[in-house]
Amino acid sequence: MLNLIIFIPLLAALGILLGAPARKTALGAAIAHCALTVLAFLSYDRAAGGFQFLSSYPIAPEWKLNYLVGADGLSLLMLLLTGLVTLASIWLSPRVEKRENLFYACLLFITAGAAGAFASVDLFFFYAFHELALIPTFLLIGLWGSGERHTAAWKITIYLGMGSFILLAGLLDLYFSIPAALRTFDLRELQQLATAGNLIPGTSVASDGWLVNTWNAQARPYLLLLIGFGILISLFPFHSWAPSAYASAPTPAAMLHAGVLKKFGLYGLIRVALPLLPEGAKVWANLLLVLLVGNIIYIGFVTIAQRKLDLLLGYSSVMHMGYIFLGIAALNVVGVSGAALLMFAHGLSIAALFAMAGMLREKVPTLALESFGGLARPMPWLAFAFGLAAFASIGLPGFANFASEMTIFFGAFQPAADLSAPNFRLATIFALWGVVISAVYMLRAYRSIFMGEPAREPAGWIDPLKSRRWPITVLLAVLLLAGFAPQYFYSYLQPSIQALLPK
Amino acid sequence: MISPLSLEIVVLILGIFMLLVESFSKSDDKQGLARFAIVILSALVGFSFFTTGNAGVDLSRAFYSADATALFFKRIALVTTIVVLVMALEYRTVLARFIPGVTPGAGLGEFYSLPIFTCAGLMFMASAVDFLLIFVSLELVTVSFYVLVAYMRRQSTSLEAGVKYLILGALSTGFLVYGITWIFGLTGQTNLYAISEALHTRDIARAPLLFGVMLTLVGLGFKIAAVPFQIWVPDVYQGAPTPVTAFLSVGSKAAGFVVLLRVLEPFLGLSTINTNVLTLLAILAGATLLYGNLAALPQDNLKRLFAYSSIAHAGYLLVAVASVQNSPTSFGSAGVAVGYYLVAYLLMTLLSFLVMIVVSNHSRGDDITHFNGLAKRSPFLAFGMLAAMLSLAGIPFTAGFYGKLLVFAAAIQAGKFVLVGIGVITVAAGFYYYLRVVAAMYWQEPNDDTKITLSFLSKFTIGTLTALIFIFGIFPQPIVQSLRSVPMIQTAQH
Repeated sequence: MLNLIIFIPLLAALGILLGAPARKTALGAAIAHCALTVLAFLSYDRAAGGFQFLSSYPIAPEWKLNYLVGADGLSLLMLLLTGLVTLASIWLSPRVEKRENLFYACLLFITAGAAGAFASVDLFFFYAFHELALIPTFLLIGLWGSGERHTAAWKITIYLGMGSFILLAGLLDLYFSIPAALRTFDLRELQQLATAGNLIPGTSVASDGWLVNTWNAQARPYLLLLIGFGILISLFPFHSWAPSAYASAPTPAAMLHAGVLKKFGLYGLIRVALPLLPEGAKVWANLLLVLLVGNIIYIGFVTIAQRKLDLLLGYSSVMHMGYIFLGIAALNVVGVSGAALLMFAHGLSIAALFAMAGMLREKVPTLALESFGGLARPMPWLAFAFGLAAFASIGLPGFANFASEMTIFFGAFQPAADLSAPNFRLATIFALWGVVISAVYMLRAYRSIFMGEPAREPAGWIDPLKSRRWPITVLLAVLLLAGFAPQYFYSYLQPSIQALLPK
Repeated sequence: MISPLSLEIVVLILGIFMLLVESFSKSDDKQGLARFAIVILSALVGFSFFTTGNAGVDLSRAFYSADATALFFKRIALVTTIVVLVMALEYRTVLARFIPGVTPGAGLGEFYSLPIFTCAGLMFMASAVDFLLIFVSLELVTVSFYVLVAYMRRQSTSLEAGVKYLILGALSTGFLVYGITWIFGLTGQTNLYAISEALHTRDIARAPLLFGVMLTLVGLGFKIAAVPFQIWVPDVYQGAPTPVTAFLSVGSKAAGFVVLLRVLEPFLGLSTINTNVLTLLAILAGATLLYGNLAALPQDNLKRLFAYSSIAHAGYLLVAVASVQNSPTSFGSAGVAVGYYLVAYLLMTLLSFLVMIVVSNHSRGDDITHFNGLAKRSPFLAFGMLAAMLSLAGIPFTAGFYGKLLVFAAAIQAGKFVLVGIGVITVAAGFYYYLRVVAAMYWQEPNDDTKITLSFLSKFTIGTLTALIFIFGIFPQPIVQSLRSVPMIQTAQH
């Protein structure tokens, strides 16, 4: 099943490059891909837990390197996110003027890369699949982007390329820190070794340092992983690639990248860094707190200053990463599960927002806020849907974002043992102010687009056709569902995360 | 089973035969000759899998070793030569313009036969375990390159390249010979195994030994284009006929590295000097990485870009050599890293040169702008070039990624974190200059819309190389397997 989830988009992309009708093939693949992720999610046996749907193929026996896919509750939630956002983004793709086949092939490559990374249980393929998305993004932004598209494409590609090689160095450092006889790429085995305490001997540390705790053997690989993943996630101060890239990218690419692909780094922190290097995480916890408060507060203020909708959404997506980092830093089940659910929720809400921004862009290419006004009258449906997505993004009750952010704050207020609780409480208080900041910029944007006096130019706004409404409706419906019944999703997440965290 | 030496003998006979045909044949068109050579060399690649090994040979008294390393690098030499001949066929129209000839097409025969001699030299180098044979085969390679680099007699850049290559090549040979004499003077031996024995059994002064090793490294540094011995590379690469540039950057480098590994083996096995040698190699590696990658950034001419990129890749290879440790086959071993990297380098460099020759035949130039809009003019060529560029940059699922992965793995295992740090920065630089070509091909509009035609042979070669880049980018096993029995070097236990 997982093989199909990965290879359907991949094969469809190759087929399109070889001449299959672009949009039809892409839509077919996206529908099949999405249906399979939903099916996999529903058919996962929660009572049994652990990795299911396993399948493997040996690649290099001498290095114990296998193609190995499998999914637990955490990966399934990410796969579900991939499926939903892929379908929405391909369905909502605007008419492509030039080289339609390359456009859809690139989108499907991104999907395949993300799905492969989330479904991999092998460290090598986990890394390699993510990189599958790098070049398609470069082509998508450079060819079909808007505004300063070439600059943005170069920036994101070089940033992410360098980030992924730092990540590679971190993974290799992790690998070679393991005693030679135990080395393997299989994440299940690594996790077992780590739980048994045999992986990398790192002594427990007391929180005596202000910024960096006492050094141990896990500290260096964890730092490399944190920087590597951090660049991919746009952790402050490595965030500057993200807003410009999302602003310039064509709508479906922005949806996929901000909604799905950026979650790879967070997923990697939860899947690889935390379980295998828990003592390393403790060493750098205070530093991470400083950086994530930078994400929330500093980027929050930067977001308020934005005057264009695409940049505003781009910065807001950077800002919200701060909450997820806070949940991960807390190192307890409550915090990390909250972070995982927020990854899901943020992916859906930012994808919906970018989709609607794309609809607005058709009339006003610059997306400057002052060129809109009073759109709620001609476009009641869009105003309603945008309002819901904006509320979700702020984190109002009823949406999954609220449920997960609350969980994160609870988790972070009482972090795992050995972590400095006062520092975490301080960071949580800062993060709470972040909700206010989100409200300020989101509501201001909403007011200037949909309320007030209608702008004179351009005229003739009408709501999107019914056929282009339902993908956004689905995204918002899932957000509401997860907001009202978070327990259902936590029943997937918590056993998986319990198994990942150190006892 | 056939004797390994017969491979070289067949290659030499082939070369002499081609020279004779060139001299006595009445026909001016020598394309058939090149095709004949391609067939013979391809057959030899096949035969190389059925050779006998070293059984019963006392290597400390031998010139020639037929171990797995040697066979591996012989295959690299043969495949490189085959692709270079394909390129030469594609390049013949350009060549004819710059050669004075009574009739069109005359005087091209040597251009097909000289690479055969180079190939023989490269194959001998792969097997040489004695300084004398190393020196002689190296000269066979270098002398045939002197002619090939300056082959386009009517183009001043080609002549300039020839002169530069001749002078600096002769200088580097001088360094090499001087180094060899110091080592010979200290140990009384030229055979590498005998030298190793002498080093372990006799008390040999440390300073003169290090001096000799250093001079040898200087000599070999010229061949593999390591900084600070890279000064000839950009001009020679740009001026030489493009197939020769490809041959220089692949064949010459691969052979340089096999000799480097063999020559270093006895000295790295000696615990009194191995840290010094490794430090020296690490400094060379860091400087080569930085210089090659950073100087490649502003290049607009693709051949010049490849010259710097070739220096850059020598840097990655040197990182692996500087990270040699005691684990010959496992993941993270330096020997496997060098072997794999060279295979990947061969595939992606030859592929990009072949595409470049085809494109510049049509666009009359080899600047990056000549590739504008290639994705529209010829999706097939653009995809081949894309595969080569992604592999050179080190994107997963291409052979180049495994190469970089293994190099980084070796360096991290050996604790060379400074080199890893430099490597990460230079990889980011590499993303920029390789993707500039991709950007030109896919982002830009074509300068002219003429269809690009290419011969079946070129199409087949481009297709095969592209496929191999992806196959070896996913399944490393065939190469790892053939490298398994490679002893490569081991350092002394501390």
